[in-house]
Amino acid sequence: MIVAERKPLDEIKEMIKTFKKVLNVGCGGCTSICFTGGQREVGQLNEDLENALKQEGKMLRPDGFTIERQCNGDFYPELDEIANDYDAILSMACGAGVQFLADRYPSKPVFPALNTTFVGIDRDIGWFEENCRTCRECVLGETAGICPITRCAKSLFNGPCGGTSRDGKCEVSKDTPCAWFEIFKRLKEQNRLENILKIKPAREWRNQTRGTMVHEDYQERYAK
Amino acid sequence: MSFKDQLHSGKFALTAELQPPKGTDPSEVYGYAERWGGRVDAILIPDLQNGIMRLGSLSTCALLKQKGIEVICNLSCANRNRLALQSELLNAAALGLKNLLLFQGDPPSMGDHFDAHPVFDLDVMGLLGAAKCLREGYDLAGNDLKGKPVFFVGTQVNGAAQGPQLDLELTNMEKKIHEGADFFLAGSIYDPGLFENFMKKAAHFKVPVIVGITLLKSVGMARYINKHVEGASIPDAIIDRLLRAPDKQNVSIEIARDLIADVKPLCQGIQIIPLGWENLVIPLLDRIGR
Repeated sequence: MIVAERKPLDEIKEMIKTFKKVLNVGCGGCTSICFTGGQREVGQLNEDLENALKQEGKMLRPDGFTIERQCNGDFYPELDEIANDYDAILSMACGAGVQFLADRYPSKPVFPALNTTFVGIDRDIGWFEENCRTCRECVLGETAGICPITRCAKSLFNGPCGGTSRDGKCEVSKDTPCAWFEIFKRLKEQNRLENILKIKPAREWRNQTRGTMVHEDYQERYAK
Repeated sequence: MSFKDQLHSGKFALTAELQPPKGTDPSEVYGYAERWGGRVDAILIPDLQNGIMRLGSLSTCALLKQKGIEVICNLSCANRNRLALQSELLNAAALGLKNLLLFQGDPPSMGDHFDAHPVFDLDVMGLLGAAKCLREGYDLAGNDLKGKPVFFVGTQVNGAAQGPQLDLELTNMEKKIHEGADFFLAGSIYDPGLFENFMKKAAHFKVPVIVGITLLKSVGMARYINKHVEGASIPDAIIDRLLRAPDKQNVSIEIARDLIADVKPLCQGIQIIPLGWENLVIPLLDRIGR
């Protein structure tokens, strides 16, 4: 799941304050699940913005509209019907959703209400942890299901840096377990330490180019 | 005798660390280096240590080399990608700097530009591998080089590791040797017992290990190191000596002298790390008879 958090209210307010009619679009996908950008949060943000702007003598309350997923065109037809009535659109989706929305309505100023933070898991209700950097070269099979790119402060892939504390914590943050300590421990328990004895060559950091992937079942459909 | 010949011949090596200036004025560095030059076998110039922006190791080393001082150039993965690292290695070779100490490096979040983006494009194993490739005449992309660099390559090891970390450290040590490590620098050692335990397991690698001896300035510094520097373990006995001593500088020298005496039979060299007390290096050399 993509996890996001709401931007500071002042920052959002500054983005929209010069517009007369603003539509705040929520997303029923990931940002709804992490309690940041769903229908309920759209209503809350609109109320917060109205109150904050009122203090500056401005009367503006954005309207709200939530679609199932902002990152998929199939969910847009109803929004298409009303989007033109607004001067600007605020999005409570992740960065991908904001861009999809902005591409869909290129003549409209589109603003993000959230900061997209990471790809993570639900540790508990309202408690999320980053577990994947979408590096496009998954090594979890070799590292006992613990991601060294995400969970090591230096994203090392050939063992620890030497800064592991005696109780297996990271030198950068005492609250963070050293990923390589955890990998070593788990591989040892699984009797698979040979996995990390070989030297892993430098990674191919491919995230400088925009990722695109067509599922193999659909290759024919999109073939040019 | 070069630093490499020194270690290869089995003659005990003595080195000292000297920070480059924060700025372009090398006069202080020249002053210390000239005073130490005849009495230590090499001077190590750190590369952006602790993420503090300074004059680089490479240019400082080149300046000192011009004065006939044997230097060890330090390079870390924290702030350069693989192009810059390889180029820096070639720069070093072109300037006649053969002794290298290759580190993982400190993340910028520890230093004075804490918002900087950490690079770590290569890890230390990758950096060692890059130096190995270059020595063999090609770069990491497999392209041939015109002129092969000659290096004597060292890297870091935690000589105070215990328990599972010691197993990890030894595994990594073996990998580092495979990637061309000619010698190791074992960070700061404060507990000779831990280092002895480490060397019992590491001696069979038969690769020289140099032990870092840091000049402890105060009880506060010792406690800070124990709390915040991983792998560091300053015994209570040392802290007590610092606590009781009226002359902190003198006891700091005595502690370093005693540590050197304890670890000398176990290792192939010592590196003095003055951490701001560069003026005490000569008195320490006097005490250890150098």
